[in-house]
Amino acid sequence: MTLQREKRQYSWGMVVDVDKCTGCQACVLACQAENNVPLNLQDRFERARAMSWIRVERYWEGEFPDIKARFIPIMCQHCENAPCEPVCPVFATYHNNEGLNVQVYNRCVGTRYCANGCPYIVRFFNYWEPVWPEAFRNHLNPDVTVRSRGIMEKCSFCIQRIRRGVRNAERENRDVIDGEIQTACTQACPTDALVFGNFNDEDSKVSKMKKDDRHYTLLPHLATDPNVVYLAKIDPDRSAGASHG
Amino acid sequence: MQQRRTIDQIHTNRVLLNGQLDTPKWWAPTVIVLGIIVAIGFFLIGIMVNKGLGVTGLSRPVYWGLFITTFVFWVGISHAGIMISAILRLSQAEWRRPVTRAAELLTVFSLLTALLFPLMHAGRPWRIIYFILPYDFARGIMPNVRSPLIWDPVAISTYLTGSTLFLYIALLPDLGNLRDRTTGWQNALYTILALGWRGNPRQWKLQTVGGILLSALMLPIFVSVHSIVSWDFAVTPAVEGWHSTIFAPYFVIGAVHSGVSAVVTMMALMRWLWKWEDFIRPEHFDALARLLIVVATGWLAFTFLELLFAVYGLDAPELELRDMQIFQWPWNLLFVTFLFTGYIIPVGMWLQKSVRNNIALMFWSSLFVNIGMWLERFMIIVPGLARKTPFVYTWEAYRPSGLEWFILFWSLAWVTFLMLLFSRFFPLVPLFEQKESQTFGDSIKIGRVRVPAIVREAD
Repeated sequence: MTLQREKRQYSWGMVVDVDKCTGCQACVLACQAENNVPLNLQDRFERARAMSWIRVERYWEGEFPDIKARFIPIMCQHCENAPCEPVCPVFATYHNNEGLNVQVYNRCVGTRYCANGCPYIVRFFNYWEPVWPEAFRNHLNPDVTVRSRGIMEKCSFCIQRIRRGVRNAERENRDVIDGEIQTACTQACPTDALVFGNFNDEDSKVSKMKKDDRHYTLLPHLATDPNVVYLAKIDPDRSAGASHG
Repeated sequence: MQQRRTIDQIHTNRVLLNGQLDTPKWWAPTVIVLGIIVAIGFFLIGIMVNKGLGVTGLSRPVYWGLFITTFVFWVGISHAGIMISAILRLSQAEWRRPVTRAAELLTVFSLLTALLFPLMHAGRPWRIIYFILPYDFARGIMPNVRSPLIWDPVAISTYLTGSTLFLYIALLPDLGNLRDRTTGWQNALYTILALGWRGNPRQWKLQTVGGILLSALMLPIFVSVHSIVSWDFAVTPAVEGWHSTIFAPYFVIGAVHSGVSAVVTMMALMRWLWKWEDFIRPEHFDALARLLIVVATGWLAFTFLELLFAVYGLDAPELELRDMQIFQWPWNLLFVTFLFTGYIIPVGMWLQKSVRNNIALMFWSSLFVNIGMWLERFMIIVPGLARKTPFVYTWEAYRPSGLEWFILFWSLAWVTFLMLLFSRFFPLVPLFEQKESQTFGDSIKIGRVRVPAIVREAD
């Protein structure tokens, strides 16, 4: 059985301050490089098979000339009550004791049922064997498995970095210091719109940010209880209240 | 009421065994052509397994498409057998007799075909063995029984086992008959398959009891199989068009609609191809058409209830989905085609007695139903995925690739191929059922009145 959130040592999560997001896509690129995500060539986009574990959705609000671009970064929400988990026939995706929704590539048979179950559409299927240009071969991250065709993949909260951070802390006989573990996207974010940390540490930055009045989660009516919390856009044109993304 | 004809047993034997003892001339060329299509189909599936699912038109988030639609379609067709042979047997509908075996056979072959689709549509089919066998005992990981994809193989393999037993038990007397009429290797084959059938009273009793018990045991499967298939979709709250409590009964009644229609199609073909006019008669078509009118109307009610439940909540994403499904090109064309072929044209035709007794018209109208029913499954599965969430950023379209269309076509050829192969070695119309029906109808003259030769408890 997976531990309840309160009983865990670590409960990893992320806070996304939508107000700070400029839509620069640095997180997308950083993730692509860190996690050996295949290159999204033109035909992948045309056939709607592009993979990006984190994406920045852009929406237009209002009518020209009074129009605004809104950005919202969306990655795997690592739901506590994840709809992708119960539908997998081979336990390729499950919840671990650190609040992560993990994907076990070796078990996956590629039914794609988890992807249908996911309301955030953050799960990606390898339709083809991933190919990199010859020059890119040595750029692959040795800490991350290269996924073969026929299996699902998704944001892992850079689990290789979490493992390294926890291992270092254990070696030095201490707890993980807040901010010590950074995911590729949070590290790359120039405006600190993405913050990663331990929700079970009362003093961590994410725990404090989570208490902000602007906090909300995506698609709350589905009761997925995500571990990614969003802080709403502050709109000076509006008198009061939080506007959603 | 149904007309009675008197057909003597020698004539019955000669005509109904013509597939085995006197194979028609068209048989060999047809089987060869179908065999070529089947071989090409398997070759294409091999290519798909070898290259990856990139050869399909699937995308993100339309992860399920033509293959799952066709899977549901064949599971639907398989309800023919259980409806005709179990329910009509238990309700003692006399007109079912000539079609029981063909219906049961269609069940077995369509289930076998249906099972192939989830296998080939998986990313790593060679690892699907994990579904069925608890894998890697060393790590102690069992299959996830919470997943509907585990319920599916359980339900379908139960149905397949039951149907195969049922088919075999009903085949025993005819195998004995064939054993006595063949020589050489065929005789040896039938001798083994007939399991020592001699037709003595004890064997007849066991055969009858076995058939009735299996009919009764399979009744729960009648409800369970397609309910479970529908739960593949209904348990997914993330997809607007799928998450509906009405799906289980809706799918079951739709399956009966398509399955019984497929039996009508098959009966017409059997009558034409093997010249069984004496045995498959217009009154059989008439009875099936009356049954189908009721089933189809019940199914239509569910179709509209599903739409009503969807739009009643006035939930914006759901409204957007239904708007696309019904009013936007090209879905509006599919929706209209589905309504006309699934209900309006066939039921409109069946309401006329002249159509119900016209074999050619019954053939075409029953084909229409299955076009409509295939479209119904397509309209449920794909639009829900294409318009999955309120995040319009990820909305996608789906265009099946040529390979997917060919594999759909292949599955039709494959089932026909299997049926024709079967017809070469085993009679498609149960001889003993035919004779039994005839005997029940026989009357003898006692003094000045004619009375039935055999009295049954409930007739």
